[in-house]
Amino acid sequence: METRDKLSAVSYTLFFNFLGKLAISLVNNLGAATIFFSKAFLMIFRSKQFPEIIHQVYNIGARSSNIVMLVGLFTGMVLGLQLHYTLVKFGSEGMLGSAISLSLIRELGPVLTAIMITARAGSSMAAEIGILRISEQIDALYTMRIDPVRYLVSPKIAASIISFPLLTAFFDLIGILGGYLTGVVLLGANAGTYFYRIQSSVDIVDIRGGFIKSFVFAIIVSTICCYQGYFTHMRSDSSGAKSVGLSTTSAVVHSCVMILIADYVVTSFLM
Amino acid sequence: MENTLIEFRDVTKCFGDHTVLDRINLKIYENQITTIMGKSGTGKSVLLKLIIGLLSPNAGTILFLGKPINKMKKRQWDRYRNQVSYLFQNNALFDSMTVFDNIALPLRQTTSMNRKKIEKKVMARIEQTELSEAANKYPSELSGGMQKRVALARALVTDPKIVLFDEPTTGQDPIRKNVILSTIAHYRKKFGFTAVLVSHDIPDVFFISDRIILLWERKVAFQGPYEESTKLDHPMAKEFLHSLEGFQDELTGLLSKQAFRARYAMTLNQRQTEETFTAVLFTVEFDLLTETLGPIAAAVVIKALGEYIHTNLGAIGGFSVRHHTGQILAILPYTDFREAQQLVKNLGKGLQKEALSNIQALTQAKIGDGACFQIYVYAGLIETSSNEDIDKIIEKAGATQKIIATHQCDAKGGGI
Repeated sequence: METRDKLSAVSYTLFFNFLGKLAISLVNNLGAATIFFSKAFLMIFRSKQFPEIIHQVYNIGARSSNIVMLVGLFTGMVLGLQLHYTLVKFGSEGMLGSAISLSLIRELGPVLTAIMITARAGSSMAAEIGILRISEQIDALYTMRIDPVRYLVSPKIAASIISFPLLTAFFDLIGILGGYLTGVVLLGANAGTYFYRIQSSVDIVDIRGGFIKSFVFAIIVSTICCYQGYFTHMRSDSSGAKSVGLSTTSAVVHSCVMILIADYVVTSFLM
Repeated sequence: MENTLIEFRDVTKCFGDHTVLDRINLKIYENQITTIMGKSGTGKSVLLKLIIGLLSPNAGTILFLGKPINKMKKRQWDRYRNQVSYLFQNNALFDSMTVFDNIALPLRQTTSMNRKKIEKKVMARIEQTELSEAANKYPSELSGGMQKRVALARALVTDPKIVLFDEPTTGQDPIRKNVILSTIAHYRKKFGFTAVLVSHDIPDVFFISDRIILLWERKVAFQGPYEESTKLDHPMAKEFLHSLEGFQDELTGLLSKQAFRARYAMTLNQRQTEETFTAVLFTVEFDLLTETLGPIAAAVVIKALGEYIHTNLGAIGGFSVRHHTGQILAILPYTDFREAQQLVKNLGKGLQKEALSNIQALTQAKIGDGACFQIYVYAGLIETSSNEDIDKIIEKAGATQKIIATHQCDAKGGGI
């Protein structure tokens, strides 16, 4: 009996030890990421940043637009099918336009756009900065008196803040057209009602809420991805090329999880 | 007078529980080339990173012109950093940028120079480092030696006062090693910077270094001129320096300095004190050779000269050593002075006919029309006895040097 108690005490200690370490590491990383973001954000407004920001808007924004619009089209089409099926059951297929547009503008647009950009551009940000780190190119920037955060991170954060809302708007628009294709063209809902319902139900508050979300997601995704790449060399679980791979994976996974957590938090504030 | 530029006072650097540098004290003087040597993991690169501020010491102070760098205000720190440049062991070039953009980067990002001025300055450095054909290429399209030159051009484009070279010759063949080190020495004179380099290329590094700093077991075991380091009575001198030097000079195939001294001592022991023998000091000088055929040409000519002397004088029991970049000392223990004079005369003729007359083939370089360069080979002979010190022999032989072979102003490769 006494041995069992001792074992139980040891396992409790180990569990709380693990939990404590995890909590400390989480708080440390959150603090470091916040400082990292603050420094990078302030440096956006330094001189000589504009050309690099434009270059990054092209990389993060323009080059992600195709995939974002494709996902937007099919999301809208699926919503058209599913919501038409559901609304017909209640005899309210006239609400199809409202349901699709509100779902997209308030929720699906910002979240799915952010996840798509994370997959396409976020992973590339982490890998690019990670490779620069392990090949001493970040140290080389420092020796040339070029602040690596200003040169590498700030333009990416600025470009994300510009690109996320724009791509979200594209996603919403193409999604609504996708819903029109399935709901109206394929399943025969009334086209006039579809657009009238969108116009009457979508308020500026909904659009603003969607943009606030995409702005928050832009900060989260760009900070996490750049942070993971920038501190690749500090990883305790690996080194070299492997650490770049793991940093890229961590960047994508952490970004996606944080997008969903932040989505809930922001939604609860906006409601 | 030697002016102290950087000084380490009781500097300690640890990584976790591992102490890399333990209360080290050293000085780096202005306008000199200081070479840091030591076994792997003794903190050579760490020392360079401490100077440039990539790492901070755990204890102690680093002084720049007498001011502690950790107490500098932001403006002073920026001014200090502006004067220091770093050439990484692996070059650390930006793969996604062309050679031109790599070199222009520090100017574009840290100065207010306009585009035209930047272009002019970058192109000047590109031409000086003979990279004109590679200006629009990416680093991955270049050879290791060219990448090193790009890194060198980038390090020098901001006109730094101090350049830190972290193993600049790693992975290069003997000729290119010699070229890189000669280029550093040449640029140091031309641009007037202070160079601190980590290198193990004996003897070439000694030819260009004003001072040597030897790190041994977390401490500075020696700092001073190379000549003093050879007299050092320290386990490191036997274990490390001599093992690095090996038996042969990598570039010329001649004996290493240690092997030469050992052979000299052994030969003298077998002889009577009053017996005389001949010593010959060869010196090769160039004019416009590097400008016409590129920096490799000089190293190739020295290599050819070394091999020629080794083959011809070795056959009659002579042995030789490279005393300086372009200077070879040969000892002919079984040849009297008159015989040696005739031998050197014939050697000069042969050298001019065979080795120097075919420079184009030697360097594998294309010589343009109107290209003009000169090569002079001098030889100084003395009769000496077995109680003579090598340094004295070199001094005396140097004073008697005359031209024995030349190659002048012929674009097609023929000697005149």
